Amino acid sequence: MSVLEVNNLRKGFGDTEVLKGISFSLEKGQVLAIIGSSGGGKSTLLRCLNFLESPDEGEIWVDGKQLLSDSEEEVRQNRLHFGLVFQNFNLFPQYSVLENITLAPTLLKRSSPEEIRKRAMGLLEQVGLTQKADAYPYQLSGGQQQRVAIARALALNPQILCFDEPTSALDPELTGEVLRVIRGLKNGGNTMIVVTHEMEFARSVADRVIFMADGVIEEMGTPEQVFDDPQSEKTRVFLRGAQEKF
Amino acid sequence: MFIPVTMELLGGFWESIKVFVLTLVFSIPLGLVVCFGSMSKWQPFRRLSDTRLHALSKWMPLRLVTRTFVWIIRGTPLMLQLIIIFYGPGLMFDLPSMGRFTATIVAFAINYACYFSEIYRGGIESIPQGQYEAGQVLGMTKSQIFFKVVLLQVFKRILAPMSNEIITLVKDTSLARIIGIYEIIWAGEQFIKKGLIWPLFYTGAFYLIFSGALTILFGKLEKKLSYFRG
Repeated sequence: MSVLEVNNLRKGFGDTEVLKGISFSLEKGQVLAIIGSSGGGKSTLLRCLNFLESPDEGEIWVDGKQLLSDSEEEVRQNRLHFGLVFQNFNLFPQYSVLENITLAPTLLKRSSPEEIRKRAMGLLEQVGLTQKADAYPYQLSGGQQQRVAIARALALNPQILCFDEPTSALDPELTGEVLRVIRGLKNGGNTMIVVTHEMEFARSVADRVIFMADGVIEEMGTPEQVFDDPQSEKTRVFLRGAQEKF
Repeated sequence: MFIPVTMELLGGFWESIKVFVLTLVFSIPLGLVVCFGSMSKWQPFRRLSDTRLHALSKWMPLRLVTRTFVWIIRGTPLMLQLIIIFYGPGLMFDLPSMGRFTATIVAFAINYACYFSEIYRGGIESIPQGQYEAGQVLGMTKSQIFFKVVLLQVFKRILAPMSNEIITLVKDTSLARIIGIYEIIWAGEQFIKKGLIWPLFYTGAFYLIFSGALTILFGKLEKKLSYFRG
């Protein structure tokens, strides 16, 4: 059974329709890569899944439960099925690395302070930053900040972890360390949705790829299907453009 | 002559300090209230957005009223506000006088609350949207986001403009003499009749020492918050 099912999601801003009926599903443990040019609706889709935008229409099912709701409290609870890693990390500058990870679990009273701390240290080990537990965000490189942000999102045990262009704000030499962490998470069985411009990464890590253009899913399938045998002309043009960069 | 002059000036300075402290006690929290008013997005007629009266739907009365009030208070002299608050209620509505000192505190507190509110607003609005969103996706409530994530960052950002305003307040207390508060400059001026000018310079020393102490205090606070950036 699929862990996530999105049905006919629509979202407009004023007169512009950004999502024009998005439907897809995702199996547990799968990695979904969403590619496409800027303005195609990728980020908006991710923001809808994390309830940072409220869709005008549609349904989001996780584990057989419909999550969209008008109640603020329900939204706050429901969004915890998802985790989100931002393009710009958005770490809390006044907290140390460890505190950034423990803050939300502590406020949500997930478990005892010692337990939370222990788990946070475990997560830091997982992203290779045990040494930096007491550092402050400004003392870290972009790649390190993003790895902390990943650990922070994992601390709440989301069923589906989303990444919004996790390497787009990084210097090229720092993207590798972040992508390696994401790859490690896949091997650990995490269900993930990654919006990315890293085509090679999408091809090698994703189980499924969605190509979005103008607010619709233009093409969807395995990486081989989408990258090697695209059916839609728009996909072909986009992929050709992405390759020409090199 | 030095001792009696010092005693007289100390008496006046005590009044100045009282105005200073009480103004801060009231205006710092009041400023937050004004700030929330001027940032309010309350739209009582939002439901009209699909009707012919849709222009009304975007109307934010609380914001409009608060911002107009702030404009009036910041746009007119504090001295004028002092006079109106002290004499106004009696002359306009036959109300009993609230007394010189109370009137002074009321006028100062309102005036400074308006300035502070704009500093707060600038501080709050300067926090990147991403900080709120990060708190949201981590399941925090609105108040948790404000108190645990945003507040300290705002505090750090407004420290410099607040210290500016607060040092201005030290000197503004002298305006209270216009409604008969015997503050330090008035005390110093008494000695002109006796042909002495130096007591007036001496009052300046009081101000310098006090604002110097405040500068050091704010410097320390700033240093204390320098452990993070953002």
